[in-house]
Amino acid sequence: MSVEHYWAPRTLDEALGHLAGGDVTILAGGTDLMPQKNAGRVRLGRGLLNLSRVDALRGVAVEKGCLRIGALATITELLAHAAVREHADVLAQACDRFASDQLRNAATIGGNVCNASPAGDTLVPLLVLDAEVELASRPNGSVATRTLPLAAFLTGPGRTARAPHELLVALRVPLRRAPAVGRFFKFGTRPALDISTISIGFAASRDGGTLRDVRLAYGAVAPVPMRSHAAEAALDGAALTDATIARAAAAAREDVRPIDDVRASAWYRRELVFNMTRRILDDVAHA
Amino acid sequence: MSLTREIGFVLNGVRTRATVPVAMSALDMLREVVGLTGTKYACGEGECGACTIVVDGRSLCSCLLFAVDCDGRELTTIEGAERDPLGARLEQAFVDCGAVQCGFCTPGMVMQAQHWLQAHPGASRDAILRAIEGNLCRCTGYVKIVDAIERVAREAP
Ligand SMILES: Cc1cc2nc3c(=O)[nH]c(=O)nc-3n(C[C@H](O)[C@H](O)[C@H](O)COP(=O)(O)OP(=O)(O)OC[C@H]3O[C@@H](n4cnc5c(N)ncnc54)[C@H](O)[C@@H]3O)c2cc1C
Ligand code: FES
Ligand code: FES
Repeated sequence: MSVEHYWAPRTLDEALGHLAGGDVTILAGGTDLMPQKNAGRVRLGRGLLNLSRVDALRGVAVEKGCLRIGALATITELLAHAAVREHADVLAQACDRFASDQLRNAATIGGNVCNASPAGDTLVPLLVLDAEVELASRPNGSVATRTLPLAAFLTGPGRTARAPHELLVALRVPLRRAPAVGRFFKFGTRPALDISTISIGFAASRDGGTLRDVRLAYGAVAPVPMRSHAAEAALDGAALTDATIARAAAAAREDVRPIDDVRASAWYRRELVFNMTRRILDDVAHA
Repeated sequence: MSLTREIGFVLNGVRTRATVPVAMSALDMLREVVGLTGTKYACGEGECGACTIVVDGRSLCSCLLFAVDCDGRELTTIEGAERDPLGARLEQAFVDCGAVQCGFCTPGMVMQAQHWLQAHPGASRDAILRAIEGNLCRCTGYVKIVDAIERVAREAP
């Protein structure tokens, strides 16, 4: 079976209408889809739906207590946006470590989230930021939307809770009042164009010498990017002493569920989790 | 038979129409349908930058871009680089600095450097290194390429 229809609609309504027909492949920047198609890992559906002209899916804005990021926002756009730096610095840091300029110019955040790679670089900061995904569909003529936490959206490697007739419309990051610290760390063999061996996202608010509202997430160490609630609990409300840092790093090492693959062994990943968590927290303690 | 689409775009300043299979890459369209072979095919998967072109002001790997998505857009390839004074100066600087050996990476390097310097005039050497981190060169060791781009960044336009 080959592609029988190609659509490049301008409105969300039209896009959702095409999607309702079933067996449709969604195209955004194409940076995952093209190589996956070429390698035979993805079969294109009966319809190919190019989202790139749907203006309603663009843009980054602060509204109703959250930072709303349109699904088509590119990594380059996120890097350039002052509101992303201000409200989601950990995401901006991850965007700076993403692939290369040419890739950042094409790759969209919606594509990164829907591709749901365990190593997807925006997923770790988005988990740290308690992001929610906004999905839309047009089941019987009128547009229906639903929102769910990113953690519930990611169900396995390459798998999400998105129904075939749903489109990811936007990501929402709740704004926080307290001044925050954020760190993103990506371990690879070279600085550019590398898939994360592991990645770590950290955010918290500072209350004098102690941390509150601590969030720590890890990529490429489990079937889906994950939070380490045990490590968070070890840090929450505690002063950042050497002992606390060591306890949190050890808790994270216990929590992760890595596998052996071409990039690293499971053992090595655990050691990275321990050592790099410690390094990040040391850095925060001395900042 | 795979589905085809007729699309229209502006290529190096010239209105162009092409009929392309919907799953074809923009790189294959340029080389095989339009017949402009300056844009190179090397890795075919976004890793090397040899296929870099500029689309609506953004540099992209044309091997990852669906050709049908070019509909209504403005494309610049290495064949059109010299239409812009910056592109012409970059090409001359690559020659003057000896930044070309086999030349396979050169079209992508020039297009990426042009895109970057357009947005970041006067970019520092460090910024130039970051700008071309998606472009691989197997011959030169990069120093002369960075020299060439830096020379253009330093010159008054
Ligand atoms: C050389 C190279 C380097 C890379 N480096 C990195 C890296 O450093 N870090 C990283 O995280 N990733 C990296 N990637 C992967 C890829 O670039 C990203 O995942 C990118 O964000 C995908 O976005 P896209 O717009 O190109 O998605 P597409 O390829 O267009 O789509 C990806 C998937 O999501 C679906 N989809 C897209 N948008 C929507 C939507 N709005 N609603 C529902 N479904 C949708 C598509 O159907 C497809 O299955 C790299 C890829 C390449 C080729
Ligand atoms: S051929 Fe496109 S990046 Fe290598
Ligand atoms: S000159 Fe040969 S690859 Fe760069």
